[in-house]
Amino acid sequence: MSYYVQGILILAMYNAIAVVGLSIFTGFTGLMSLGHAAFIAIGAYTAAICTKLYGISFIPALLLGGLMAGLVSLVIGIPTLRAKLRSDYFTIATLGFGEAIRVLLENLPITQGARGLPGLYPHTTFPVVLTVFVIVVFVCKNFVFSRYGRMAIAVREDFVAAEMAGINLFNIRLRSLFFSAVCAGIAGGFQAHYLTYIQPSMFTGVQSTLLTASVVAGGMGSLTGPIIAALVFAAIPEVLRVASMWRLVAYGAILVAIMVFRPQGIFGYKEFTFKGAWHALKHLYEKLSGKKAAGQGGTKA
Amino acid sequence: MQMLMQTLVTGLAVGGIYALMAVGYSLIFSILNFSNFAYGGIIMLGSYMGFYSLTLLKVPFAAALIISMLGAALLSFLNERIAYSSLRKRHAPSLYFMISAMGTSIFLENMVYATIGSDYNAYPAIFKQSSVSIFGSTIGKLDLFAIIFSLIAIYIMNYFIQHTRTGIAIRAASYDSEVSQINGVNLSAVIGLVFVLAGLLAGVSGVFLGMKYMAYPTMGWITNKAYISAVIGGLGSLPGAVTGGLILGVLESLVSVYVSSLLRDVFSFTFLIVLLLVMPSGLFGKYLEEKV
Repeated sequence: MSYYVQGILILAMYNAIAVVGLSIFTGFTGLMSLGHAAFIAIGAYTAAICTKLYGISFIPALLLGGLMAGLVSLVIGIPTLRAKLRSDYFTIATLGFGEAIRVLLENLPITQGARGLPGLYPHTTFPVVLTVFVIVVFVCKNFVFSRYGRMAIAVREDFVAAEMAGINLFNIRLRSLFFSAVCAGIAGGFQAHYLTYIQPSMFTGVQSTLLTASVVAGGMGSLTGPIIAALVFAAIPEVLRVASMWRLVAYGAILVAIMVFRPQGIFGYKEFTFKGAWHALKHLYEKLSGKKAAGQGGTKA
Repeated sequence: MQMLMQTLVTGLAVGGIYALMAVGYSLIFSILNFSNFAYGGIIMLGSYMGFYSLTLLKVPFAAALIISMLGAALLSFLNERIAYSSLRKRHAPSLYFMISAMGTSIFLENMVYATIGSDYNAYPAIFKQSSVSIFGSTIGKLDLFAIIFSLIAIYIMNYFIQHTRTGIAIRAASYDSEVSQINGVNLSAVIGLVFVLAGLLAGVSGVFLGMKYMAYPTMGWITNKAYISAVIGGLGSLPGAVTGGLILGVLESLVSVYVSSLLRDVFSFTFLIVLLLVMPSGLFGKYLEEKV
């Protein structure tokens, strides 16, 4: 595999790690965060400071980054989730939180302010990212099909009914937030050691928005949908380098179009399977090849 | 004491613009019950319209203000018709509205970035760099004009909503859209009107922001302050939005002077979160719990 393709895949996969984590939070509890770039930033800075200043080896540093992001998520999560803020208020609180973290990174001595941390060792290699990616997806899948995952889905669908059925809203939401922050932190560690430098300006509200956008575009309540969206969103700008200025314009338009025409996201609650894809293709072929399929009421993909 | 007065006056001047933005934003929230993140993009485009009317068309300031108000109102109206009206008819959850709004905001901001460019455009000097002194503290003429005009605009808006027939329809719709429809309120028209009103305010705030800080594609981030002001005051409450805007402006200017201008934003966000913990619906919030 060429070096270039590997680069794109690494980028796409660490993005997907953050997105799949966020899909556990937004997609399965229905709360929207506009501050997840802050968790990526915390993971990136923690991992970078560990390897650069304290000489800790990469994998423990990565895990420390994830853990740190998770702990910080509790700082914002415990008060806001316990207060059961309206979802709009929660979203704006996360937006404010994300900006506050960025301002702090710009002003703390250990993060070297706006200059950032240059000269990190490029630890992020293809096999490492792939392994972690597979592990994260596996854990997410198990989470969704566990008791907690079922409870999270109940909370998303109707939190009043879920609470009446005895589900502790605060517990479920906080767990999902913690988990998503850990994933974001790990993705941050990878990003830092892939680009070999980090600056606070990399972790803006736009990045938070794009993470949420991938989850929504892929389908809230699906795991494979957001992963595919993240891979596509990360790969497209690399392939279309020329059009990079227009890529965010397209993102915006796509988001609106999805909400207007297909609000359940590309995959909705469904998961991508090869069998499903085969049926969808067959259905499409029958549709295109004439009226033959019309009477048979085609297979559902 | 002198310094404190000066800080308060500066804070109120900034707070006036925050209040203006927060009112438009809160107005939309009160009727559709979601955070219109696209509002920042509309304000930004309003600011560009004002800038180009002044520099390319060379119209007088009052005309530029009107052009940008009308332009922003039109954009705001189109924004509703394209991005929200179909969601509204489907009774989609507010999360979907927010995402659609976010998409619009990303779209508008980057559209400007890709077509006009990322330059900072300074408005031509309309008010000479002179200042007047009130109670021994000085205030720039621009700031003074901005705060007076903001307060007048907010007052007119409030009068319209409280005392006219259409205003009553808007309030009825924001209270219960189903029942108001049964009583003969044309909901679609009322919502369109609310977006036009919010757009008018966006045009004014865009021009003032442009005069104060220049016009550039990412100037929409300043509207984060409007969201925060509106949440402090309680989403959906117009007096709350004004109070929240003024409080935030004064708080920021106090922190800049007495603590650190770098940490200003950290303080405002911390203040927001602490306030929400104490008063989960803001100062004058209407709804504590989400509508079921």
